[in-house]
Amino acid sequence: MTLLGKLTWQAFPLEEPLPLFSGLAVFLVLIAILVWVWRKGHVPYLWREWITSVDHKRIGIMYFMLGSVMLLRGFIDAIMMRTQQAIAFRAPGFLPPSHFDQVFSAHGTIMIFFVAMPFMIGLMNLIVPLQLGVRDVAFPTLNSVSFWLTAAGALLVNLSLLIGQFDRTGWLPYPPLSELRYSPGVGVDYYCWAIQISGIGTLMTGVNFVTTILKLRAPGMHYTRMPMFCWTALAANLLIVAAFPVLTATLGMLLLDRYVGFHFFTDTAGGNSMLFMNLIWAWGHPEVYILALPAFGIFSEVVSTFSSKPLFGYRSMIYATMAICIISFMVWLHHFFTMGAGATVNSIFGIASMIIAIPTGVKIFNWLFTMYGGTVRLRTPMLWAIGFMVSFTIGGMTGVLMAVPPADFQLHNSLFLVAHFHNVIISAVVFGAFAGYTYWFPKAFGFVLDERLGKWAFWLWNIGLWVAWGPGYIVGLEGMTRRLQSYDVAEWRPWLLVMAGGVVIILLGILAQIAQIVVSVRTRDRRRDLTGDPWDGRNLEWATSSPPPAFNFAALPNVADQEPYWDMKTRAREIGQLVRPEPRYEAILMPRNSPTGFVTAFFAVVTGFALIWHIWWLVILGLVGSYATFVVFAWRDHDEELIPAEEVARLDRANRAARTTRLQERMAERESQQESHE
Amino acid sequence: MSAPSSALRTGRDPYHLGHGPSTGAPEYTGHGGGGPAPKRIVVGYGFWIFILSDVVLFSCFFAAYTVLIHARNGGPGPAIFDLRNTAQETACLLLSSFSCGLASLAVGRRSLLWTEVALAVTGAFGLTFIMLEAHEFAGLVTRGYGPTHSAFLTAFFSLVGCHGAHVTAGLLWLGTMMAQFAAKGFKENIRHRYLCFSLFWHALDIIWIGIFTVVYLIGRITP
Repeated sequence: MTLLGKLTWQAFPLEEPLPLFSGLAVFLVLIAILVWVWRKGHVPYLWREWITSVDHKRIGIMYFMLGSVMLLRGFIDAIMMRTQQAIAFRAPGFLPPSHFDQVFSAHGTIMIFFVAMPFMIGLMNLIVPLQLGVRDVAFPTLNSVSFWLTAAGALLVNLSLLIGQFDRTGWLPYPPLSELRYSPGVGVDYYCWAIQISGIGTLMTGVNFVTTILKLRAPGMHYTRMPMFCWTALAANLLIVAAFPVLTATLGMLLLDRYVGFHFFTDTAGGNSMLFMNLIWAWGHPEVYILALPAFGIFSEVVSTFSSKPLFGYRSMIYATMAICIISFMVWLHHFFTMGAGATVNSIFGIASMIIAIPTGVKIFNWLFTMYGGTVRLRTPMLWAIGFMVSFTIGGMTGVLMAVPPADFQLHNSLFLVAHFHNVIISAVVFGAFAGYTYWFPKAFGFVLDERLGKWAFWLWNIGLWVAWGPGYIVGLEGMTRRLQSYDVAEWRPWLLVMAGGVVIILLGILAQIAQIVVSVRTRDRRRDLTGDPWDGRNLEWATSSPPPAFNFAALPNVADQEPYWDMKTRAREIGQLVRPEPRYEAILMPRNSPTGFVTAFFAVVTGFALIWHIWWLVILGLVGSYATFVVFAWRDHDEELIPAEEVARLDRANRAARTTRLQERMAERESQQESHE
Repeated sequence: MSAPSSALRTGRDPYHLGHGPSTGAPEYTGHGGGGPAPKRIVVGYGFWIFILSDVVLFSCFFAAYTVLIHARNGGPGPAIFDLRNTAQETACLLLSSFSCGLASLAVGRRSLLWTEVALAVTGAFGLTFIMLEAHEFAGLVTRGYGPTHSAFLTAFFSLVGCHGAHVTAGLLWLGTMMAQFAAKGFKENIRHRYLCFSLFWHALDIIWIGIFTVVYLIGRITP
């Protein structure tokens, strides 16, 4: 008994068929995939090329895949909640309260930590070093550790489906409800340890990217020549470095309360639960911008490329980004105006919250003016960007509305608020991730995604967002509070039915995206991007082949202005040949693969699981294992390997040949056009 | 990391921020257009960013302490702290920082013996610090003033304990570092790691100055 701590047969949901069967189904599918991979002999390839890879592009792709899988999981939760509220009018529905509470908690936790974060960090991994014109991030192995720790957290959250239960306190475990006295089960512990482990991974990502962007850039790339996505990535990672330790400390305090009877947030012995609210939102509000700022960067890249114009107001965009970065730390109290901090404090935070809308507005106008007078090409990434601008502006205005404390007193905890943040997060972060995904997919894989299905996905998502959350504003104003398992107000019913319809439309959008990837992979030979520049891009990520070689650039580019690649391309088109002569190829030192990240994450899962179930010997084993992993890593002597000059030359020459061919085709097209004019 | 072009090699680092005494090659800080910074700068800078994040972590525990200082649940306030013990702890930690600095000089001169000696002294002072802290904690618990007694004591034990946990982790790192110097000598990556360790160790001193002031000194004048 004590050998396994609190873990007994009761931990398995044998009496509840829904979680039991869904959990079993997920794990059977997982095991089936693993067995299939094993039988097909893919394991050595996966181990060598992906699991132990420290290449920022590979890690970025793995982050994005993690986010996609978890999006499906979180979306199933959304379907369950919308269905429950559609049928639970004067009826119990199909989810008992204890299960419904786990579903909304898991939905929020998964969507923020394991969907939105991996999407944004994945795209940063894939693109930032390419845009900076360098070969990798500052700490490649640490980057792999970051990814695997994030995956470890996601695994723990999913384990709670089958073993024990998940948190039932919402996506932020507010005390005193989350204290041991009121939540004696393992749910809150699952939440806390999963977030602690993945949070450490995120913090390491922050350290890594701040260092990369500030210290590793191609020669000539001054701050005011960095692409906007790099700027927003810098701001987001500065926020990670400043905010994630707050999350770690806050959850650490809650864990101390729960495990050893401390009194930070208890309602006895002088504990103060409002301390938790203040601390958690001192992380939580910057977190909103950790997600939104990189998305703003993606939209900047997309709008500029598909308007065939430099970004309008580049410098004002930098100022707006950094202003948001700083002000985002001064608005946290607007999440609990009703705490009763007094009129003065509420006014200050209300005004700060309204002020942060100004730099955001600057950005919207900059994007609009970038489009104005440009040659706008309505490809899928650009559609996501335009959809974002419309939906986000409306969602942002409802946010400014709630920044007024008296209005917030009415709207607090209502569905109006829930509609607001779904409106802004889906339109900014999710649409941003999809814009980045369709825009940079050819860079990652060397072929372009299907346009027709991409446009279907865009329209279904965009309409679905409004059908699902437009009515949320209305029922919110009619007084419906959030997280209701059942209700008896007849006026809400029709709107909740409409909202359930909206989630079906979004489901169709997701199906269109799955179809898009299947169709595109099957027809990839027709979709090859041979030159590495399928969209007529402007920044350095398009100056190398698709997919880029492990070393990114055979010779580091020299940057002379704000759009170095566009500059190179324009001059090449004038003179009819590539601007840079073939470099003298030299061997390149690249970091060697390392299983450190995977092994560390393995021990992190073991330690986390053991802590959740109070299996103390296993905790010690896990910690010793992690320390041993670090020592083994620190002891290795050959941490870099040489890519021979011939290999570099072969890859670079192939790309140069493809680019030259394209250039000549283009010149020929232009000449024939001129002749037909004459 | 390839060297920047010769056109950029001159005049891009007016403050000589990137020029350490130990390497002969010109170095670049990376804050202008000089190309990627050398590894020593990247490693040190990255670790420095990590330390900043650690300072933020501590600031939460400082905030919790100042919020909860009067929540005593009928128990005692900061009057129970023994300033003599605190003085000894402070002396240990500052002396260990001094010997850590000596170890840095020894690393600079590539003297394995003096590096190991200075690191051993650093570790001995660090260990003494931890023992003094454990003694203080044990004394409070036996008097019935354990962390579960009141929110104030919870905050005190957590803030000071968090620092103690960092010092303990630092000692583990220090031992590993000594073994690495012995086994691998003054290889470049080992020196980079030592740079990080010394940054970490000095940063813990700075945190202690904060604890010394906020907890013990101000505690004395707080009713």
